[in-house]
Amino acid sequence: MTDILMPALSPTMEEGILAKWHVKVGDTVAAGDVIAEIETDKATMEVEAVDEGTIEAILIEAGTEGVKVNTPIAKLSGGDAAPAPKAAPAAEAPKAAEAPKAEAPKAAAAPAPVAAPAASGSRVAASPLARRLAEINKLDLKLLKGTGPHGRIIKRDIEAALASGTGKAGSAPAAASTAAAEPRKVQSLEQLGIAPGSYDLVPLNNMRKVIARRLTESFRDIPHFPLTVDIELDNLLAARTKINTALEAQGIKVSVNDIVIKAVALALKQVPEANASFTPEGIALHHNADIAMAVAIDGGLITPIVRKAETKSLAQIAKETKDLAARARDMKLKPEEFQGGTFSVSNLGMFGIKQFASIINEPQGCILSVGAGEQRPVVKNGALAVATVMTVTLTCDHRVVDGSVGAKYITVLKGLLEDPIKMLA
Amino acid sequence: MAYDLVVIGSGPGGYEGAIRASQNGLKVAIVERELLGGICLNWGCIPTKALLKSAEVFDKINHLGDYGLTGEKPGFDFEKVVSRSRAVAKQLNGGVGYLMKKNKIDVIEGFATLEPGKDAPKVVVKLNKGGEQIVEAKNVMLAVGARAREIPAIGAVSDGDRIWTYRNALTPKSMPKSLVVIGSGAIGIEFASFYRSLGAEVTVVEALDRILPVEDKEVSAEAQKAFEKRGFKFRIGAKVTKVEKSGSGVKVSVEVGGKSEVLEAEGCIVAVGIVANTENLGLEKLGVEMDRGHIKNDSHGKTNVKGLYAIGDCAGPPWLAHKASHEAVHAADYMAGKKLSNLNPPIPGCTYATPEVASVGITEQGAKEKGLDVKIGRFPFKANGKAIAAGEPGGFVKVIFDKKTGALLGAHLIGANVTEMVQGFCLAITMEATEEDLQGTVFPHPTMSEAILEASLDADGRMINL
Repeated sequence: MTDILMPALSPTMEEGILAKWHVKVGDTVAAGDVIAEIETDKATMEVEAVDEGTIEAILIEAGTEGVKVNTPIAKLSGGDAAPAPKAAPAAEAPKAAEAPKAEAPKAAAAPAPVAAPAASGSRVAASPLARRLAEINKLDLKLLKGTGPHGRIIKRDIEAALASGTGKAGSAPAAASTAAAEPRKVQSLEQLGIAPGSYDLVPLNNMRKVIARRLTESFRDIPHFPLTVDIELDNLLAARTKINTALEAQGIKVSVNDIVIKAVALALKQVPEANASFTPEGIALHHNADIAMAVAIDGGLITPIVRKAETKSLAQIAKETKDLAARARDMKLKPEEFQGGTFSVSNLGMFGIKQFASIINEPQGCILSVGAGEQRPVVKNGALAVATVMTVTLTCDHRVVDGSVGAKYITVLKGLLEDPIKMLA
Repeated sequence: MAYDLVVIGSGPGGYEGAIRASQNGLKVAIVERELLGGICLNWGCIPTKALLKSAEVFDKINHLGDYGLTGEKPGFDFEKVVSRSRAVAKQLNGGVGYLMKKNKIDVIEGFATLEPGKDAPKVVVKLNKGGEQIVEAKNVMLAVGARAREIPAIGAVSDGDRIWTYRNALTPKSMPKSLVVIGSGAIGIEFASFYRSLGAEVTVVEALDRILPVEDKEVSAEAQKAFEKRGFKFRIGAKVTKVEKSGSGVKVSVEVGGKSEVLEAEGCIVAVGIVANTENLGLEKLGVEMDRGHIKNDSHGKTNVKGLYAIGDCAGPPWLAHKASHEAVHAADYMAGKKLSNLNPPIPGCTYATPEVASVGITEQGAKEKGLDVKIGRFPFKANGKAIAAGEPGGFVKVIFDKKTGALLGAHLIGANVTEMVQGFCLAITMEATEEDLQGTVFPHPTMSEAILEASLDADGRMINL
């Protein structure tokens, strides 16, 4: 009899939710059979059996949260030594991709999307002695830099910290934003005068916890400011009609959002200072415009990425966004598909929202909030006229993007969107 | 041809450093005056282990009855015991030759001297086949080793006949009936153990107050008891005043506790330490800094002369093959600009007598001298199931932790197989283990290594099997 272990979906995964069992005790399974689904803050994946055998026992109930990687989750008889099951990202879900779904990806709620934190894991590599010394000397290992093998914190790093007086538990590191802060403590509802029983409590899933933590940190710790402009869309809409007529035979329909993604990427190439991330070591200027688009999904939101959007045709972008959005809603994205964008776009236009300012999606320097395109009175040549106008807001991380850079960027973007022929230039 | 590195000496330091340098993409040559592999595998570590294995098997066969076995009284062919040891050394010597070829390292047979050069000293080799070869390189690594110390003032000098150093003791023409061994370090004790097993009367003379003086005191005491049980005689705290030949043997005059005594035997082994082979290399002319007879180097093996490195025995104690290898490999990485191991691991030491002795890190006395607050655990093999089953109940494991941090500071072992067990402690120290890590590790049962677990538990008074 062998144990089936909780698999790691990504190198950084430490725990997850055992969402669902597809088998029950006594079922016979063959290698490759889907036996369970596990869920992390980012994705749901199917667990496949590696060996054949009979499920002897289910050790972790469906719906259990915080199951550590490599914990036995079930017992399988028959097979010889069965290693941890493969956590194959569930098949590419071709059905979803082909399904005739709504054109533009449904926009996400205002807050910035969830992306992978750079240093998410709370586990710090340190030697046993270093751990003991840190405990004795009340040092926070998370604040120290390791010089041992593979960056492990060893005795001499502790000695160096003691000598320099750094790394005291509770002390903020020189470069803020590297320490992961806990979400603010919330008083109980009862203390706030809301009677128990007068509400239903929805447990926090991993995604909700991550949204809460990351956005709290971002909004609190990053000095951010919004820049808003109105953009006239009539030329763009006319161009889109022509483009879609041309692409009709291929069954591709380009949305306004797709054009926005392309324009955002092209504008980043013209104003590369806006395609940047703050790090304690310096400002990272990204080589590519990897545009993350916020997609609302059940229980939260996720930001799949159109990589190198500046190099892609509108038809390509349209195909990609449609596929990414569909798979995002099915929780079938692979980690590399939603981690590591350089700039985010959040669009609430389809809900009639006129204007909003998203929260920075760390470590990206900017996020663009796109409102609804609507007919509005405008003044042209001193006379009142009607135009289709969309209001967009660029939220900037002031550590990376100053007001003038943000203004330059948004002006370039406005130029591209108001006269889309410029995108061909 | 210009090299990136010329290594002088092909012992375990030199040849391993040469290989690592070659792995690092350097063009390497190695100069050897005698045999590839140096003392270690031709005249030291390896051939002595071959002799000691013969002795161990012979001891076991002499105690067949202890295991319920019967057989005729065994004997030995001394010449064959010695020639087996030589064959083992020869095999490994050929192995080093193969390794040099495999790693494209040019082997130059001859004696090297150094002259001032541009990037590094110029190496002039007086070739064994005649003639001279000048070798220029960006770096030169001295790995010239050491030899037995002799004391002419009292006559403690090898005559190749009755007064021996380790080298003579490895290739005796006949089996001596009695021996005086001067010095109770690893070399003296190993030869004493070998010759005693084959029937020689052995007297070991030690100037300090205990045998195996670098080991923990408890180990020294246990070892002396075990050796005395095997029929060794000891003169401890004894000063040798004269070594002279007499008729058919030697006379060794000693002073113990104010009294003079003359020890008579067929032969004598001088094992009173080593001298670095630093003569005739041209070091004086280059102005190489020395430290008590050894070449002074820094933590990367660099000397004070540009491009000149020194590693191993010639650069100071402990005089052990694995220390030389570690230093040489480190220096080869350093000169190639490779990532260095950040740790400065303690060097383990082993004595392959019966019983074996092995240790790593600080002794109890050393901890006391440093004023460290320690906790100590011990476990005797007589309470270890595997040791009893194997008929090897002698000896113990002693382990020393820092009281406050739990850091593993030292381990001292004596008994059967302990030279193969000490590496567990070496790894634990390198990885900065604490007592909890050792106490929480599962040791296979039944093995003698369980004594490591029990000794670690004993440091906290939680030993289980005693």
